[in-house]
Amino acid sequence: MDAIFVFEQLLNGLGYGLMLFLIAAGLTLVFGIMDTMNLAHGSLYMAGAYVAARVHEASGMFVLAVAAAALVTVAVAALLEVLVIRRLYRRDHLVQVLATFGIILIADDVVKAIWGVAPLMASTPAVLAGPVQLAEGLPYPSYRLLLIGAGLLVALGLYLLVNRTRIGMLVRAGASNRQMAEFMGVRVGTVFAFVFALGAALAALAGALMAPISSVQIGMGEAILIPALVVIVIGGIGSIRGAFVAALLVGLVDTAGRAFLPPALRAVLPPAVAADLGPALAGIAMYVLMAAVLTLKPAGLFPARA
Amino acid sequence: MPQMKNLAAILALCAAATVHAADIKVGIALDISGPFSALGAEARDGFELAIEKLGGKLGGQPAEFLRTDFGGSPEQANQLVARYLQRDKIDFFTGPIGSNAALAVGPALFAARVPYLSSNPGPSAYAGDKCNPYFFAQYQNDTYDEAAGKVANEKGYRNVVLIAPNYPAGKDHLNGFKRLYEGAVKDEIYTRLGQIDYAAEIAQIRAAKPDAVFFFLPGAMGINFVKQFVGGGLKDVPLIAPGFSADEDVIQAVGEPMVGVLNTAHWTHDLPGEANAEFVAAFRKKYDGRYPSVYAAMAYDTLMAMDAAVRDAGGKVDDREAVLKALKKPSFKSVRGDFVYGANNYPVQNYYLREVGKDAEGRLTNKLVGITLEKHQDAYVGACRM
Amino acid sequence: MNRPVFAPSRVASAAAEHPRQPFAVRFPGFVRRLPWLVLAILALFPLLAPALGLEYYVGFVRRLLIVAIAASSLNFILGYGGMAALGHAGFIGVGAYTVVALVEAGFSSAWLAWGGALVVAGLSAALIGAVSLRTRGVYFIMITLAFAQMLYYLAVSLRTYGGDDGYGLYTSLEMGAWLDGVHPDVFYWVVLAIAALVFAGFSRVAHSRYGHALRGIRDNETRMVALGYPVYRLKLAGFVAAGAVAGLAGGLLASHNAFVSPAIMHWTQSALLLVMVMLGGLGRRWGAPLGVALWLVLEEALKMHTDYWHWPLGVLLLLAVFHAPQGLAALFERREANR
Repeated sequence: MDAIFVFEQLLNGLGYGLMLFLIAAGLTLVFGIMDTMNLAHGSLYMAGAYVAARVHEASGMFVLAVAAAALVTVAVAALLEVLVIRRLYRRDHLVQVLATFGIILIADDVVKAIWGVAPLMASTPAVLAGPVQLAEGLPYPSYRLLLIGAGLLVALGLYLLVNRTRIGMLVRAGASNRQMAEFMGVRVGTVFAFVFALGAALAALAGALMAPISSVQIGMGEAILIPALVVIVIGGIGSIRGAFVAALLVGLVDTAGRAFLPPALRAVLPPAVAADLGPALAGIAMYVLMAAVLTLKPAGLFPARA
Repeated sequence: MPQMKNLAAILALCAAATVHAADIKVGIALDISGPFSALGAEARDGFELAIEKLGGKLGGQPAEFLRTDFGGSPEQANQLVARYLQRDKIDFFTGPIGSNAALAVGPALFAARVPYLSSNPGPSAYAGDKCNPYFFAQYQNDTYDEAAGKVANEKGYRNVVLIAPNYPAGKDHLNGFKRLYEGAVKDEIYTRLGQIDYAAEIAQIRAAKPDAVFFFLPGAMGINFVKQFVGGGLKDVPLIAPGFSADEDVIQAVGEPMVGVLNTAHWTHDLPGEANAEFVAAFRKKYDGRYPSVYAAMAYDTLMAMDAAVRDAGGKVDDREAVLKALKKPSFKSVRGDFVYGANNYPVQNYYLREVGKDAEGRLTNKLVGITLEKHQDAYVGACRM
Repeated sequence: MNRPVFAPSRVASAAAEHPRQPFAVRFPGFVRRLPWLVLAILALFPLLAPALGLEYYVGFVRRLLIVAIAASSLNFILGYGGMAALGHAGFIGVGAYTVVALVEAGFSSAWLAWGGALVVAGLSAALIGAVSLRTRGVYFIMITLAFAQMLYYLAVSLRTYGGDDGYGLYTSLEMGAWLDGVHPDVFYWVVLAIAALVFAGFSRVAHSRYGHALRGIRDNETRMVALGYPVYRLKLAGFVAAGAVAGLAGGLLASHNAFVSPAIMHWTQSALLLVMVMLGGLGRRWGAPLGVALWLVLEEALKMHTDYWHWPLGVLLLLAVFHAPQGLAALFERREANR
């Protein structure tokens, strides 16, 4: 195992972490600021992926596909906000789980009715299809570099938006004390609708960007939802910084578990035991990490609320 | 409007049912939702084509084909089979895609003496010590991998990396590959079930510098893996897979990166033979020019086998001994060509090498390369005492 | 944007309006006797079913009762204790796999297997609860989910017990010579009896001193700490009891299906349990069985008629959230004094 291999796996871990951050960013935004547990975030992610895959196939333009995905998903989310989510803001988390679980059931059937059950083709844009040579003996998929870049940009953008802009200030005001903000003339309803739309746009962006390297099919939203929830919980709900750190941590731990744990166990244990134990432990590394973090810090790494 | 057509067919069947009190009943458990939904939809299309061709009859007798989604969960499959047995009193059963569902429903069906003609999975348990006269398979799960192992020998690959999900079926498939493969195994990688990101595994594969990679990653996992494998610059490393990991559903979802993937199956849509040509043409006509997958072909074949068995048993489906005897000596023209059943009711048949390429219209699909294993029998038959 | 959902004035006016009064207030006697009536019908059902051509539904009701046992245990910790566990299916799985392990080891007594399921699930609940109960709210939801996922992946990779393919129980467990021969449906009555016991047990405990303390914790944990209650230990006791009962349900489910696979502890199963309990009515005596019955019956009926059977259930959930937030049971029950 040489240094380049270790470096490559670290890069893979960071890449996976940033992919998770793309998905978790919207979730933690809605969750943290509006205190709304939106399981249907996975459905919005799926919608983004489907629209992007279709538009990309029809037009051949990847940028257009991503834009269309964001637009359509935000429109769907706006409808959802008006019909359902708006009435959930002040309700219990469990009620939110119940309602948004209902939305997942509906969304899966709607997607099935429109696009069928077969997974859709979603190709990588031709320029980014191959690897680039990062160093001697280290080819790296160029599309993954795009994902890493997108993840970093989203992180930076969200940080600036929440901490440095007027709208961010309103958002923080509405989140920390809704009534007080309303007395001060902030239209909290409008601000929340904006945050939800932004969350949906982020979900769609994640879906559209992930589509070329993952299977676009029904249930993809639920499959990604659990790792995303793990990330925001480890980070501390509502903390964008926490979600960012946690995403990188989960990406690194998961990748390291898969890459280094099996050979390490083989070195110290009998082969039969190691062959069974290695993959099993690697598979649950993410959950072990979450349980460990919450045992030591019951409100995540960067608790945003008391 | 396929929905309206279904409705019409169901209404027609209901009308028929009121006239003939003792229709033959076939229970078909479908994976329309759940982890195998894409494959379940393929199977459903195959069943529907067969029902159309048979005119809603089996062996010339009016039949009722009950089709119900069970969401891919073994527990729900169990529940559905209980309903089929106790409420609908079915005479035949077929349908599930997953081995786990097949293993879950078997005992109840066998106890009720209802023949279960699997349209897809051939679990090793039912081929070996848990074999049963009421179970008929289309192939044994690992035979595809055995054929793939032979392909690796023939292609001269001496160093191969194997990858599969970390569950017993994944290990079975890799063991199947190793059974006939004569070269060295550089590495065996087991991944999490339902894994999305394969960067770490791909880096390991690159470091191992293998002659080829054998992968068994069903459904979304295979789609993710191949997309990322090609993007990761391993385009020149040949991929070998059992047919399930490189069938029409995967090809259509992955697209161009699938070109050149070698895979093995006991059937392909361009296999010569009259029955197959007729089936493929009818399928492509009914479903917008799409090529059928193994799942569709075997669903179709299953109903043809039932049809022949009812006819050969003289139409008396209540005479289970006669039905089993007829099933055991299939008299219909299978789309895969000729085959016979071994002692465990698993077929002794040919396995073929397929390669993903383009057809005359530029459509990506599997193309027949040649026979890999001739009249091949599964490895478990010795353990079957029946 | 107006203030919350339950303005006190609205509740008062609703109560004043005669026709909108709960069923229980209008017909108190009938409602009081209803549980006994239901129990009697359920007990007689296997005897009547063959005559009505409903044999299949004996098995269906049996499964419903088993799921209701698990749901009751969740309702106990969630509805009365405020512990929103999203890993309850994990305990069902522990129970089911305990039965599998005992069968694999050569035991054949049903009582031993089910008892083992109860104990082992209770022990795992003690371990998981001891860690999880240090967290609150959403963190608790997620940490229980994490443990259930670990159990799920453990079961998937356990080769001895079939892994993802599952494990078939080819010979049914023995309940003892004096029971096995009585009637083919004796297992149904055993399940019914256990369900009734579990149910009565939870109802009784919910209204005991312990139950009141638990509700106190649910409503205001800080106050209960200040009053000197051993909050952590009280919660852990409830969590262990609920986990053990869920394990028992898992053991019964293993016998019912004669098959166990990791699918029974997938996280969606935990979510479904939550959904059924909330649909029925959180912290209401009849919440769990009503929710389970409604959900399973609808699922069964919808699946018979269409492949698109998920979305009507989704619509039902939305309707429930907005129009029956107290759950189905609230339509029947008198408002419990201390809710």
